[in-house]
Amino acid sequence: MTLARRIIPCLDTDGSRVVKGIQFVQLRDAGDPAELAARYNREGADELVVLDIAASRDHRPTFLETIRRVAAELAIPLTAGGGVAKLDDGRAILRAGADKVTVNTAAIRRPELLTEMASEFGAQAVILAIDARRTGDHWEAYVRGGHDPTGIDAVAWAKEGVARGAGEILLTSMDRDGTRSGFDCELTAAVSGVVSVPVIASGGADTPADFLEVFEKGHADAALAASIFHDNLQGFAMLKRFLAERGVPMRVSA
Amino acid sequence: MKVALVEYGAGNLPSVERALARLGVESVRAANPSALAGADAVILPGVGHFGALMRQLGAQGMIAPLREHIAAKKPFLGICLGLQALFASSDEAPEDTGLAVFSSRVAALPATAKLPHMGWNQVERSGAPRLLERISQDEYFYFAHTYAAMEAEGAVVATCDHGTRFIALLERGNLCGVQFHPEKSGSAGAKLLSNFLQLAGSAPR
Repeated sequence: MTLARRIIPCLDTDGSRVVKGIQFVQLRDAGDPAELAARYNREGADELVVLDIAASRDHRPTFLETIRRVAAELAIPLTAGGGVAKLDDGRAILRAGADKVTVNTAAIRRPELLTEMASEFGAQAVILAIDARRTGDHWEAYVRGGHDPTGIDAVAWAKEGVARGAGEILLTSMDRDGTRSGFDCELTAAVSGVVSVPVIASGGADTPADFLEVFEKGHADAALAASIFHDNLQGFAMLKRFLAERGVPMRVSA
Repeated sequence: MKVALVEYGAGNLPSVERALARLGVESVRAANPSALAGADAVILPGVGHFGALMRQLGAQGMIAPLREHIAAKKPFLGICLGLQALFASSDEAPEDTGLAVFSSRVAALPATAKLPHMGWNQVERSGAPRLLERISQDEYFYFAHTYAAMEAEGAVVATCDHGTRFIALLERGNLCGVQFHPEKSGSAGAKLLSNFLQLAGSAPR
């Protein structure tokens, strides 16, 4: 009896449609979020993440409607986020049907937000999203969808975020995001080594071997990917079987 | 059969509602004692903080009616925090009293494992809980919690292990509780809810 490692598809949306980009730019349309959600739910995804990567104030209602449509298709947990600036935003996302909410920029600006969210929603519903880019011998946390460097050490921030109340870390390697060159296992292991909560590794997924590596060497609790699933380059059943055969605890659907 | 979902602000109520709807059951939301009256089965979904839940149930006047429903041996299912609410108290909120159907205290899982216990895990049954009928021993269920019950007198249980062995499922007559989220546990979770409905349907009204 072991807690299974999770495989999590991610839907990056512009609020209403799934979009794809490389290293946070060059976006193009990749489908309807509810349709993809239904497919992933059926095919054996362990959880789903839906993000509003445009996250402008004026179309927030559109994104909440997207969350409702996606949640209606799922019998697995749903995480949603993007542009969460205050407690109310988190509340609205959870009310729309998400089980967990991610927060990034606003938590760096005001770390107390994590504590407030954890005490209202429970730590299990609060995911600290960190976009990290290698700078010399360490990783720096970026905010505003990867636009702005903060000068803050990503690993130290993960540790502080957990102390403030985050129940999980969604860790994206900006260096690897969209490159299909494998997860940044060094970054993942560095964060996983200093926090007491689950770490979701993101950015760079391509082959089943990449997933095996991030679980074994990166000590990730979950691995997230987007385009390889959208494009059907990787199926959940085959990926999970590959990992299970190599000793990674996996929920293999009955 | 009238299935009431206790409404007190828990985030997972709509997903439980949807999961039941997929099984062809229209549930009603119950936010006050009169909405609970006449319910054949009650489901208490739960997410969040033990103290917040008990204070909210108290403010809505729901504690006595829930205890009466359970005392009358009517079908009841507590989900996640809804299972924990069946106990006398919790380390999460030492000053608050639970529904106290079971006399023990809910405790924090040990920090030797990563917390919250979040993700898919298997359960080991002692006896043959009706909730797990026709569900394979190897099935996984979705957990997201930091606190857990360790013993429930007189109940058939299934346990899980995360740092320590804890109660993942309990059943005493028509009183049921699950620490995991059946509404988030794919087809295995749907089967469990269907087993609960069957149990509820066969209970004397």
